[in-house]
Amino acid sequence: MGRARAIAIGLALAAAGCGGVQSALNPAGPQASAIAALTWRFFILCGVIYVLVIAALIWALARRPTPRDETAEGQRRLGRIIAGLTVLTTAILVVLAVSSVVAGRGLISPSGPGAITINAIGHQWWWEFEYQDVSANEWVNSPNELHIPVGVPIVIKAMSRDVIHSLWVPNLIGKRDLIPGIVTHTWIQADTPGVYRGQCAEFCGHQHAHMAFLVVAEPRDRFETWLQRQRRGAPQPSTPEQQRGHDVFMTGPCVMCHTIRGTSAASNIGPDLTHVYGRQTIAAGTLPTTRGHLAGWISDSQSIKPGNRMPPVPMSGEDLQALLAYLETLR
Amino acid sequence: MSEPAEPRARLVVERPDAPRPTDAELAREHQRLSETWRVPKGVLGWFMVVDHRSVGMRYLVTAFGFFIAAGILAALMRIQLAFPENTFLGPDKYNQIFTTHGLTMMFLFAVPVMEAMGVYLVPLMVGARNIAFPRLNAYSYYMFLFGGIFLFTALLTNTGPDTGWFSYPPLSGPEYTPGKRADVFAQLVTFTEVAALAIAVELVTTIFKLRAPGMTLNRIPLFVWAMLVTSFMVIFAMPAVVTSSTFLLLDRLVGTHFLNPAVGGDPILYQHLFWFFGHPEVYIIFIPALGMVSMIITTFTQRPTFGYIALVLSLFATGFIGFSVWVHHMFATGLPQMGLTFFTVASMLITIPTGVQIFCWIAALWKGRPQFATPLLFVIGFIVIFVFGGLSGVTLAALPLDLQVHDTFYVVAHFHYVLIGGAVFPLIGGIYYWYPKMTGRMMNETLGKANFWTLFVGFNVTFFPMHQLGLMGMPRRVYTYPAYMGWNTLNLISSLGALLLVVGGVMLVYNLVHGLRAGAPAGENPWHADSLEWATSSPPPVYNFLEVPIVEGRHAVWERSPDRPVVTGLRSDIREVLVTDVMDAEPAHRDQFPEPSIWPFLASVATGAFFVASIFTPWAVVYGLPPIGLTLIGWFWPKKPAGEHVAEMMAPGAPDPVAPDLHA
Amino acid sequence: MTATRRTLDVSALPEYAFGHQGMIWWGTVGFMVIEGSMFVMALIAYFVFRTRVAAWPPALANPDLRWGTLNTLVLLASLVPNHLTKLAAEKFELGKVRVLLLVCLVFGIAFLVIRAFEFGSLNVSWQSAAYGSIVWFLMALHTTHLLFEVGEDAVITALMFTDHVEPKRFVDVSENAFYWYFVVLTWLPIYVTVYFAPRWL
Repeated sequence: MGRARAIAIGLALAAAGCGGVQSALNPAGPQASAIAALTWRFFILCGVIYVLVIAALIWALARRPTPRDETAEGQRRLGRIIAGLTVLTTAILVVLAVSSVVAGRGLISPSGPGAITINAIGHQWWWEFEYQDVSANEWVNSPNELHIPVGVPIVIKAMSRDVIHSLWVPNLIGKRDLIPGIVTHTWIQADTPGVYRGQCAEFCGHQHAHMAFLVVAEPRDRFETWLQRQRRGAPQPSTPEQQRGHDVFMTGPCVMCHTIRGTSAASNIGPDLTHVYGRQTIAAGTLPTTRGHLAGWISDSQSIKPGNRMPPVPMSGEDLQALLAYLETLR
Repeated sequence: MSEPAEPRARLVVERPDAPRPTDAELAREHQRLSETWRVPKGVLGWFMVVDHRSVGMRYLVTAFGFFIAAGILAALMRIQLAFPENTFLGPDKYNQIFTTHGLTMMFLFAVPVMEAMGVYLVPLMVGARNIAFPRLNAYSYYMFLFGGIFLFTALLTNTGPDTGWFSYPPLSGPEYTPGKRADVFAQLVTFTEVAALAIAVELVTTIFKLRAPGMTLNRIPLFVWAMLVTSFMVIFAMPAVVTSSTFLLLDRLVGTHFLNPAVGGDPILYQHLFWFFGHPEVYIIFIPALGMVSMIITTFTQRPTFGYIALVLSLFATGFIGFSVWVHHMFATGLPQMGLTFFTVASMLITIPTGVQIFCWIAALWKGRPQFATPLLFVIGFIVIFVFGGLSGVTLAALPLDLQVHDTFYVVAHFHYVLIGGAVFPLIGGIYYWYPKMTGRMMNETLGKANFWTLFVGFNVTFFPMHQLGLMGMPRRVYTYPAYMGWNTLNLISSLGALLLVVGGVMLVYNLVHGLRAGAPAGENPWHADSLEWATSSPPPVYNFLEVPIVEGRHAVWERSPDRPVVTGLRSDIREVLVTDVMDAEPAHRDQFPEPSIWPFLASVATGAFFVASIFTPWAVVYGLPPIGLTLIGWFWPKKPAGEHVAEMMAPGAPDPVAPDLHA
Repeated sequence: MTATRRTLDVSALPEYAFGHQGMIWWGTVGFMVIEGSMFVMALIAYFVFRTRVAAWPPALANPDLRWGTLNTLVLLASLVPNHLTKLAAEKFELGKVRVLLLVCLVFGIAFLVIRAFEFGSLNVSWQSAAYGSIVWFLMALHTTHLLFEVGEDAVITALMFTDHVEPKRFVDVSENAFYWYFVVLTWLPIYVTVYFAPRWL
């Protein structure tokens, strides 16, 4: 079951179209589409210029010089041609610059109504996404996996708890840096449902390479269902094994860093685990969420993601199985 | 001193019909000059050398050594990235390696090698016997060498910097990079920036004050113009990076808070300061190459440089605009949109002067009949690769586009296209071109052409796929990537291309050594080139020119009159050099240049010790500065008492030829 | 080649030159531009930090005006003997040069001593906040130049009492005086920034 799920996730991620899940050329939202259109315009125009320059070079190299070339008139003619080409180049650059500025204007802020605001907080080496909880004065936390309703602009306030990171999900939007001490802003919108992958794009230390996240864009009703579920705390353990697992968690080092809402575990050094088994990946997009992968991660995360902040947590085989049974209830 | 004095111009005596010296007289002059300008030998002598060709050659060889070292680091990176989830290098090693690769290429190879070509060639091209401030020149080399040794010692002891070649805080600050790694980065910058600034000041002074008579501004060779623009850029840009790395160092070592946002510091200020230097830095690397391209095209079309004025103005325009684009490295940081628009526009406009140069060069090739020797092949390769890189730069100038490809392999592709295409290819062409002058031997043409094709193909196979990888979402500075992203094939192709580049590098080294052993003798001017360095033997004698030539045109060797006018009256028993006017190179006064001296080496040891010690303890300031002071005093203290004729020069009532011009 | 040729005989040209005709001037100006750029960067940093907090200085006292103002007056006053030294050097008046150099040296030591008191009365440590760091940085940057200048002055003064006196030495004296202007003039914006920006902004 676990292995099949892993493969399914991998295939789903890889099969999201030409260029793949993290590709700027595979836009799934209005901003990425606008940028992709701008990109193609630039590539085509620059490509034409390149071909012309190389053609001129080849012609220049192959050509036999004629006596007229050395005359003053010949030189002046060449000079005029160069002047003309310079003017043409300038004109093309102006067109490109204007094109870029116009496209940029459209990206600044969302045009549609009904935007949802979330906080994106960067940590070494995971993502914290917070949704404002409507009823209670609390924030709902969904680390490393961002769910958004299709067709709705999501305003993101971005911050960092440690070093500079950069939020980037190419299918939807370009990058925005997360800088400690200030709040930066961006917004995303998906017009096509799907799972998109984002990755930190500013070198942030040891495990910069393994700081990814998923954006799950789904129809509004399914999003609301998901959000409702996120607001709920963890269920009580219902079997003895789950109870044992719960106790292993509460009496072990886990509580030093992790929150499980509805229990006494309330530390926010590490990701919130209240719905860990409901997410598709663990360790910031590094591994699919399966029992086996969780077991490996808990026992020795350092061998999977060396340098990350979670120490190895060795325990007896039975304790581990019990803990996994408990974690499986946290969906 | 109160008598009206002769204007200086009348002190210079023009003789239209001076007798040509006999061979015996020339031989005697050669003897005297060889003795006066001799390069000291032996172990101690090596540390006392102040002659620009020796120092330039050391710089070249050392910079190439660092190039190979950085290339090896790159090969290691490509092995790691050839396969997804590879375990050849772990994150800690990989991070040190990619950081050191970048630092070495930028600070220990690219800038120094261009400076080295300038140090070697500029005095020859302007007709001078040595570079200005020869002891500072020697000092600069030692500082560069010590900086490189410092960096690699750190890397080999697992203390290599590991936060990227720009080392942004807070990651590189005291909280997130404990230990000495980021301090090594900051001090490497200090070492190499001192070296580069010294050379910049020497080159500006040489180009303005030591040109042979007749070399008016209108007749300065294009490579010399390029080095002048580069030197100005170094002088204006480097202080910014000194400031940023000093801020970082102080934050890390003595508890300042320049870059700590919690108490009013600003990590983005670091980025502004760094990139205010960092962008001109790449033009500092690129502009000398443009000068080389002009020289090579002129020689291999055997035609006067087409569009000389346009080319010179373009160099200045590029240098100038280069200072107004730095924020395009910071488009993702959330700065106000209006300001960012300015930088988009400026970053696109900088294309124009470079475009003018490309047009002029293509016009020159169109007009003339190119001879396809190895140097010209590299120039053609430059045009093909660099124009592509420049156009990918235009795409990066567009902010929305940049926000997708910034910090991805697309950017890695872009800067390798412009730096390898735009600087390294002309440099290697320049090496093949000036090797006969520097060594007296020709390199093998067949091997040279093979070298070109290997490097050209290898380069494109390695770096072209990276454009695609960036668009497909692969960020830079990642030590590995997941297998399901679809990046596997392109990474493998890129790594195979890197293999070809290694082969090309080996070929280059082989060619260089083989030429020394088996190359045909070069003679004075094997390429029938136009500039002054080709008007003396290969390699040049220790005094550069037996008689200082008088320049009669933009292409000094081609436009020599049959009578070959020269400067006479310079003493050959001391290191006397003719200093001329800035604008028209009219003779102005005679200066005595220093003899070989151990003080530059001692001063560099003191300075280097101070820099290294200060990352370990603040007491280094107390213990480190006095030795530097002492060595500087030794450097400047005159060697021998003034001669008797001096007293006459200074006696009251003695004619003072210079008085009216003092404040001119 | 022809039997005769044109030549330019330069043997009667002088062996020294003052000001921009000479070589050292260019080195000095290069150094001034480099260091001047660093001063500019540091001053910009000071004002960037100002924009990052609400109050300035942030929860700290203003620097005392007394020592800084005194030093500014001393520095400005030193321009007089400095300029006289330059003029005397350019006329090779050895006796005058020797005396004036000693006077300048006394001034130099005086402002180093006063500078020590200035550091003591800044009312902030470099560890206090970005404010403290940049104030100390500006002061330290300028003090480094002061130290360098006074050291150079001492060496040149000593040299003028030895048998190494020749026209080139007088050029050195003149260039040293030129650099002295730089040291004094770069102080003025720093003085205004460090001592008055906290009071005005």
